[in-house]
Amino acid sequence: MIRSLLLASAACALALPAAAQTVAIVNARIEPVSSAAIPNGTLVIKDGKIAALGAKVTVPAGAKVIDAKGGVVTPGFIAPSSNLGASEISGVRETRDDGTGNALSAAFDISYGINPASTFLGLARDGGITSSAVTPVLSGSGGGAHEHADDGVVEEMTAGAHGDGDPPLFGGQAAFIRLKAGSPDIVEASKLAVTVSLGESGARAAGGSRGANLVLIRSALEDARAFAARRAAFEQGATRDFGLSRLDLQALIPVVQGKTPLLIRVSRAADIRQALKLAAEEKIKIVLEGVEEGWMVAAEIAKAGVPVILDPQDDLPGSFETLGSRLDNAARLHAAGVSVAINGSRDFNNLRQERLNAGLAVANGLPYSAALAAVTLVPAKIWGQDGKVGSLEVGKLADVVVWNGDPLETTSWPTSVLIGGVEQPKDGRHEQLKARYVASDQGGYPPAYR
Amino acid sequence: MIRWRYAATAASLLALGLSACATTGTGAPAKSSQANAKPAEKAEAKPLPKGLDGQASSGFPSTYNPLPSRPTAFVGATVLTAAGQQIDNGVVIASGGKIVAVGGPDTPIPGDVVKVDATGKWITPGVIDAHSHLGVYPSPGVSARSDGNEATDPNTAQVWAEHSVWPQDPGFNRARAGGVTTLMILPGSANLFGGRSVTLKNVPSLTMQGMKFPEAPYGLKMACGENPKRVYGGRGRSPSTAMGNVFGYRKAWIDAADYARKWDDYRAKTSKGEKADAPKRDLQLETLAGVLKGEILVQNHCYRADEEAVMIDIAREFGYKITMFHHAIESYKIAPLLAKEDICSATWASWTGFKMESLDGIDANAAILWKNGACAVIHSDDPIMTQRLNQEAAIAMAAGAKLGIDIPRAEAIKWITANPAKAMGIADKTGSLEPGKAADIVVWSRDPFSVYAQAEKVFIDGALVYDRKDARFQPKSDFELGQPGQGAFN
Repeated sequence: MIRSLLLASAACALALPAAAQTVAIVNARIEPVSSAAIPNGTLVIKDGKIAALGAKVTVPAGAKVIDAKGGVVTPGFIAPSSNLGASEISGVRETRDDGTGNALSAAFDISYGINPASTFLGLARDGGITSSAVTPVLSGSGGGAHEHADDGVVEEMTAGAHGDGDPPLFGGQAAFIRLKAGSPDIVEASKLAVTVSLGESGARAAGGSRGANLVLIRSALEDARAFAARRAAFEQGATRDFGLSRLDLQALIPVVQGKTPLLIRVSRAADIRQALKLAAEEKIKIVLEGVEEGWMVAAEIAKAGVPVILDPQDDLPGSFETLGSRLDNAARLHAAGVSVAINGSRDFNNLRQERLNAGLAVANGLPYSAALAAVTLVPAKIWGQDGKVGSLEVGKLADVVVWNGDPLETTSWPTSVLIGGVEQPKDGRHEQLKARYVASDQGGYPPAYR
Repeated sequence: MIRWRYAATAASLLALGLSACATTGTGAPAKSSQANAKPAEKAEAKPLPKGLDGQASSGFPSTYNPLPSRPTAFVGATVLTAAGQQIDNGVVIASGGKIVAVGGPDTPIPGDVVKVDATGKWITPGVIDAHSHLGVYPSPGVSARSDGNEATDPNTAQVWAEHSVWPQDPGFNRARAGGVTTLMILPGSANLFGGRSVTLKNVPSLTMQGMKFPEAPYGLKMACGENPKRVYGGRGRSPSTAMGNVFGYRKAWIDAADYARKWDDYRAKTSKGEKADAPKRDLQLETLAGVLKGEILVQNHCYRADEEAVMIDIAREFGYKITMFHHAIESYKIAPLLAKEDICSATWASWTGFKMESLDGIDANAAILWKNGACAVIHSDDPIMTQRLNQEAAIAMAAGAKLGIDIPRAEAIKWITANPAKAMGIADKTGSLEPGKAADIVVWSRDPFSVYAQAEKVFIDGALVYDRKDARFQPKSDFELGQPGQGAFN
């Protein structure tokens, strides 16, 4: 009996989810993020978009009703900077497409390698995540966050990195995905930003020092401007030599034109100041990621109007550029007026950590509403997706999560995840493993028959 | 499984101890060495020169002394004893560094103890991290301080993690602020045999010896799977495959058994007054022989269920016991076997799929082990996660709830307290709030399974070692002085 049920659910996983229908989520505390919470309300979804929400909204005839049973409804959470769909098993190089080798720099486009069938998308959805910015890393620089100490001897296995030479100066171009199960194309936007690193890994990309890194970055931006202005001359071989290839220069044009941001990974306060100076002098948009010492220069970041993406767990002097790491970094930056987005763990496929990181920031002084925004509306704004996702507003895409409790709490989980109004499957690979091994013995046959 | 462990110990009575250093005692000699203290009168053999007899070696004894404490009664908190109870409005009394009473609101409180009102708070035993590399992979993580893996040979059973510990690692202070009072520091997993672990009290100390947990047994770090074969296969050496790994273990155990036999023969002869030539002391074989005698506990990094089953057979072949599998991400697949063998499994809840052998990691691993009556431990292997093992346990507990396995907090708290204490061989000393055990206590701001919970006060042997609200009890390491993080505390 159990076996046949499981087989049936496995078959469902292969089928495309049902087309968007009218859905009403009732009996819920609704956290729209862009407006005040509704203690007990109804949210209606039509044609994949949010059609109504409020305390006195009536359920349309024929709507599928989801009873939240007093739980919480939030916008789908957004991973502000992840490798979802681009990297699956960090220690298996063949499954990694989140970085490039030396052949390309800014031109590397992560969107082409996104795997919509990655089993880790379902795992992220189990953490309430419905969309993500997917951002390249510098080859050989690791996935970010902290290293797995016991595997301290693991050589870096970033895609494209083969252990020879320095990584390229720029990581490549970022994309934005929505975690729609069964969809052949989950890339919502590509060429959203170009990534670059300052500090220790930036120095490594530039042959060993910070001074060289910034000189080369400024030179690349200058070359991109010249390339854009003198395209015809370039084709005729009538320009000076540029430091980057044609493809890399092309990718930097929207950056120097201020259309897309440079996503700068930076930790030390002094390096953050250099990033702000770079943006002001080059008149480019920037987003800062990491910013472990951000609290020390919070007023300057706020004044520049630059948003940050951070991991609130970072509180160790893990390197000589993170000596100022503190658990209240998010709270202090927010208090200074900085837009703070909160990341999960890029490593260990642990994007479920994002909501807990938001909770941790609350425990260390960040207001609850700011923590909720840090995993929804702030990253949506950073990536220019706030017209579509990031809050519960009429007309926005119905990327919605129903929780059985406080969404930032360890003991809560999503009871329903809807993307574009379509309820997402709950039987991903990890759930199937659990079902198989929690089942009792099946008449002497091994688990493979369950 | 406990039965054959005793059998092994009985067999070693004749053999007499090989490893006096099998415990880190301040003064208590190993039982076997007491038995051997007075050889037969007619003995002609002279004692071996200093350092040649492992049993007589002074080792690196603990110099730990509890910090000053005063008799204290905590009143009004919700108490998780880790001995099975959740006591509402409870009373915990500590005196002389020990727990002297735990009970409900009617528990009598002697007049001479300081009463601490803990109404609204939660109290648990100190958190124990059974898999830490603090000190051996300290912060900052620079190569000059990367001392966790002696990755020069697949068998380095001869090295001891304590000789790599940098006591000024700021990570110890962060872990303490997360409620961690005891840690097992392990060598890394590059090698089949990584070396000896050391158990530390998480107190600030100028020396490793000042942190060393008195009379805690040593562990031997072993590693299955991908790491050893990658490290050595990559150098064109054995092991380069899983079968090469297994050959490496078995060869080493054969050498160890032979070494143990030679010392046994030597001691048997000298005890009868016969002339005998002592084998040359070998630090690698001494540690392995200590395992065969049941004095050193096997701490075995092993992700996959099928590899755990092979390791269990190797242990049977050579007559030793595996105390705990670490990173045992697939233990849920063989939970009944692990329950039967009385082997603990240490696991994360939230990490999965970061390498091939971790692909099948699930958050409900500990819950399924618990349901099957097997010993589950939530560990960190990470200087960040160690600060919130309570939350990692909460994720594991919630994963159980989602599967319909209802695990009370009184049980789940054992995953980070009583169970690691058992797996580290110190369950008679700490890990639960029971009279006679160390007053290693955490006062939490609220339910420790909440994301918002913070350790407010941490006590080790009854002494206040951390106070979130009092800067005088927020120690900074020398490294942190003058640095911008200000010790990361307010």
